[in-house]
Amino acid sequence: MTTEVSTTSFTSTGGLVLPSYERPEGVHPPLDFTGYRSTALRHPKRPLVLLPHRLTEVTGPLLGADLITATDADLTTQHGGEPQGQRIIVAGRVLDSDGRPVPDTLIEIWQTNAAGRYRHSREHHPAPLDPNFGGIGRAITDSAGRYRFITIQPGAYPWGNHYNAWRPAHIHFSLFGRAFTQRLVTQMYFPGDPLLPLDPIFNSVPDEKARQRLVAGFDMDLTQPEWALGYTWDIVLRGRTATIFE
Amino acid sequence: MEERRVLGITPSQTVGPYFSMRLPWPDGPYVVPEGTPGAITIVGRMYDGAGNIIPDGLVETWQAGPDGRFAHPDDPRGATAGGYHGFRGFGRCPTAPDGSYRIVTLKPGPLPTPDGSIEAPHLDVSVFARGLLDRVVTRMYFPDEQTANAVDPVLCSISEPARRATLIAAPEPEGELRFDIWLQGERETVFFDV
Repeated sequence: MTTEVSTTSFTSTGGLVLPSYERPEGVHPPLDFTGYRSTALRHPKRPLVLLPHRLTEVTGPLLGADLITATDADLTTQHGGEPQGQRIIVAGRVLDSDGRPVPDTLIEIWQTNAAGRYRHSREHHPAPLDPNFGGIGRAITDSAGRYRFITIQPGAYPWGNHYNAWRPAHIHFSLFGRAFTQRLVTQMYFPGDPLLPLDPIFNSVPDEKARQRLVAGFDMDLTQPEWALGYTWDIVLRGRTATIFE
Repeated sequence: MEERRVLGITPSQTVGPYFSMRLPWPDGPYVVPEGTPGAITIVGRMYDGAGNIIPDGLVETWQAGPDGRFAHPDDPRGATAGGYHGFRGFGRCPTAPDGSYRIVTLKPGPLPTPDGSIEAPHLDVSVFARGLLDRVVTRMYFPDEQTANAVDPVLCSISEPARRATLIAAPEPEGELRFDIWLQGERETVFFDV
């Protein structure tokens, strides 16, 4: 048997040439995590079956341009007036693990308002709604994989998972990437939040370094004088693998 | 095999209960507009390990067109030239208070693979919900494709033949296809490490 790692990222056998994506270990949270109560009845107990990456997995929806409107990435101007709270800019790049930008990909976000209240019918936290804040946004990455949102610093809120449980402030992010394999839904947190060490969802990520990748960086260069604080957060999706010929 | 990577991957976090503020789209369940000639309707419910319906889940589907091709540059046979009006390959539907979802689409064609085998017509399905820290991925196959299903490399890779049945939709009297998703329990759906 000879093993050779090709310099390109493609597999070729039988004439059809397909990319393949890495399978990261120890990055994502386990599906069964006792600290987060709702996982108990909702995680599969049978072992997952390995799915080789073939046509359906290496392709994916390329969505966006027709979905986006000019105000989608500015959550502070979607209603009649200025929302309450600290105005912030959240910006960064979407990359793959080889450092290549992921351009033209749709990002969808949702979050609480400054008081820690989601605009959602099933949300009963006794904190005020803000008539000028919906808490939802969309953006498409540019040719360098960059995105930029203007929004309001979200608040912490209680969630009933255990006694005195509070979620740290966060923004939910949903990304497609280029392929079905790259689909990612995650949450961005804020640096220095004292609730982070106490949060089962944040701490469900087993690796400390991986966990810290969920925390944005305060960025004085992104901060705009007299106007808004800046936070930088890069999102890294699975990269393509080198091919092993045997 | 250890590979050298420049950057660490961003971990997944749960979609939570409030994704329905943002992720559902009015036309999300319509991979093709309702009434498109040849359209099929997939219906199903999502269940937890106690057999309770899941009213706060999200189902996403991704598939080839009827010609077995994808509108994507990484389809080496060339992207679909838009022969199917309004078909975008992608469907998204949140579960309703009764745990149900519904996707209107076209039946995909079979697909070639690098090793020369043929994949039976299928949809890749992502499932998100409060209580799922990462998406889980399954596949839906078609009940009228018994011959193709019998040699499908993915179905054949499932060691217990009885469990393969969890991936094959059931015809409904009204012509719809039923694909229930059981996250856990005796009827647990087969999920894949993608």
